[in-house]
Amino acid sequence: MPPANRSVFVTVGTTKFEALVERVDSLELLRALRDKGYTKIIIQKGNGIYCPNVIVPKGQTKATTEGVEVEYFDYSPSLASYIASAALVISHAGSGSIFETLTARVPLIVVPNPLLMDNHQVELGEQLADMGHLVSAAPCDLLAAVRSFDASRLVPYTKGSTEDMVRAIDRQLGFAP
Amino acid sequence: MHFIAGLHSGVLWTWGIALVCVLTLALRVLYVLFQRKPATARTKPAKTLIVLGSGGHSAEMLMLLDKMDKARYSPRSYVVAATDRMSGPKALARERIWQNEDSPTGFNIHHIPRSREVGQSYVTSVITTLYSLVFAFVLVLREVPDLVLVNGPGTCIPICAAAFVYRVFGLMGTRIVYVESIARTRRFSLSAKLLYHLRMADLVFVQWEQLTRTYPRALYAGRLY
Repeated sequence: MPPANRSVFVTVGTTKFEALVERVDSLELLRALRDKGYTKIIIQKGNGIYCPNVIVPKGQTKATTEGVEVEYFDYSPSLASYIASAALVISHAGSGSIFETLTARVPLIVVPNPLLMDNHQVELGEQLADMGHLVSAAPCDLLAAVRSFDASRLVPYTKGSTEDMVRAIDRQLGFAP
Repeated sequence: MHFIAGLHSGVLWTWGIALVCVLTLALRVLYVLFQRKPATARTKPAKTLIVLGSGGHSAEMLMLLDKMDKARYSPRSYVVAATDRMSGPKALARERIWQNEDSPTGFNIHHIPRSREVGQSYVTSVITTLYSLVFAFVLVLREVPDLVLVNGPGTCIPICAAAFVYRVFGLMGTRIVYVESIARTRRFSLSAKLLYHLRMADLVFVQWEQLTRTYPRALYAGRLY
């Protein structure tokens, strides 16, 4: 029996990412997620003006659409708790949310924002996708990425170690033996 | 005749002294650039100046500091862009914990004008860059840090430039340590390029091993995340 509540957490970070929110606000995507066994979609939409009004009726921030619970909000200081309790995270490819998700061992699809000027987020997303830790998709490929998503194929991420870095700084400053 | 000869030798002397000064300075710059050795054994704590970038940069910096010995690296001064309202409070929150759990060694936070805002025009950014340079030179001269710890973005360059110039003139022996963001997997940021190619930083850490193939003097020593 699948767990009663398998939620998808969509996060755009501290600013906005209209293209991602617009892509998520689609009945096709909602059905694709439902077919994968997810029962709830929580969207952190940031300070963009676009509000999901396809999968949530206008004027509401919470609804049940085609059997899937949907809710959205602008921002929360405790995104970590949303990430930890999710069964899937779909994130703008910010390094904070990426590694918070990976270290919480939650499956992750990242959507780097193509509008950012010097986009090294694409770089990080592709690097970690090459290593098999996550799936990286452009906004227009999100639906296909969700349909072919298989969490069991992801490689767990091992947290890095800072010991050597600290030791090298200590040595540089004359602290090390 | 005598007068002209006197003038002549005066001019020669002036030029001679100027030439010696320029050569000495050039030699000194080259010496500081290429004679990089770790500091000699330190018994007193190292005064540390930390430049906090915005968002992800601040998060990575605070993760690194968390693992460093706070009694060794103290007191700590943070430099935050005047327009960045998030980083100061974040550092403050972490310091409150460190001061209690680690060592009550003191810290303070400075606000520096940003050299370039996102989207600012290049003409006005020349003026603001000059302003933040002056600000950085005054700040570093007042602080005399043993360590400048930076991880980009742009705000850190004036501070590093100031520390480097003072080191060239022998006013302080500040070490500059740069940690490239984990988001940089294949290419350096502009800050990293400047500090690396101009040899301003004593240590340039990268968080992806493949970067050391492009930048052999950079050091891969693990990842913060």
